[in-house]
Amino acid sequence: MRLCPGGPLLVRGADVVRDEAGVAHAVTRPVVAVCACGKTGRPPWCDGTHKVVRRG
Amino acid sequence: MNLPEPRGPLSAAVIASLRGGTPPEAVAVDEQVPVLSDEDAQLALWVLFELHFRGFDDVAGDREWDPALLRLRGNLEARMEAELREATRPALHAAPDSGDLAEDLFALVAADHGPSLASYLHRHATREQVLEFLAQRSVYALKESDAHSFVLGRLDGPVKAALAEIQYDEYGGGRPERLHSTLYADALRAAGLDDTYGAYLPQAHVETLAANNAQAVFGLRRRLRGAAMGLMAAFEATSSLPCRRIAAGIERVGLPAATAAYFHEHVEADAVHEQVAVRDVCAGLVAREPRLRADVLFGVAASLHLDALVGGRMLARWGAAPQVADGRRSA
Ligand code: FES
Ligand SMILES: [Fe+2]
Ligand SMILES: [Fe+2]
Repeated sequence: MRLCPGGPLLVRGADVVRDEAGVAHAVTRPVVAVCACGKTGRPPWCDGTHKVVRRG
Repeated sequence: MNLPEPRGPLSAAVIASLRGGTPPEAVAVDEQVPVLSDEDAQLALWVLFELHFRGFDDVAGDREWDPALLRLRGNLEARMEAELREATRPALHAAPDSGDLAEDLFALVAADHGPSLASYLHRHATREQVLEFLAQRSVYALKESDAHSFVLGRLDGPVKAALAEIQYDEYGGGRPERLHSTLYADALRAAGLDDTYGAYLPQAHVETLAANNAQAVFGLRRRLRGAAMGLMAAFEATSSLPCRRIAAGIERVGLPAATAAYFHEHVEADAVHEQVAVRDVCAGLVAREPRLRADVLFGVAASLHLDALVGGRMLARWGAAPQVADGRRSA
């Protein structure tokens, strides 16, 4: 697990990621980016929105 | 696929040589004309590079290593590299140097103000224009990320592992039906377009060919491995947000969900890929080989430059004003 400055949390080797509401999301990639900025349009995953937030 | 129709004397000489099994006829080239905007030269390059990818049904396999063809290609590649270095000089001159390469790369991408095709597709494009965009894009997307795989054998340790991680995801994570190139073929079919490999090569703009060729110019040459990874990283880092816009545009004009699905997948996938590509591949590579820093930056700037050409061409063709840049595209 690694936090990218200003961006998401990269998670490797997980089978499932739980969002804030406790809902389980299956992991289908070797690495996933979990939103850490709270602004993503598709939680729990990062969708790049943190860049707009950071710049705007 | 079969060999395409030529677009000028150079591609005609290459295609005739491949078809006839004969050495390529010498063609007088006008070195004043930039290779980047010469569709004859770009088609010749595309055809020569394709020998290393899927090949052509009407060409003998060993022509891939024909010395005369390689020499011809090498000349075109050298000119294209020189033109790209020249075109990216101002952007690279202004590039930040904070000591943190990952931050510098993201900043270089964020500072780019090229025309945004994605914004236009999102809000304004007609259904016909969206279809035209999908057809142009197929020249790359049906061989999506393949050029970067050539670089794997030239890397080592954590950098190799990081690139392999990206490629495994591009290649469906063990599920062939999830190969990004297959998702793109599905997207084309659902939109009523031809999903045959190379089907839209005859319509490919010179900018589309050049952007596609640049991946091979960098990816097939060990010396340019830094540029290849910079190009790949910029591609990934200009994808998530634009793909969301493109998916919305596809839905707006009423194309099927399977067409939008490819772009939805890239919103999520490339939000991961950009982090791994910038931090683990590019910054990791430069940590091991510090003298590759300039080439990594060059690759990023080249990607932004080529992308602006591709988008600018399509927007101009549609009579659209350049849209505000938003960190474009998908990989
Ligand atoms: S961290 Fe990327 S959208 Fe929140
Ligand atoms: Fe992809
Ligand atoms: Fe990607």
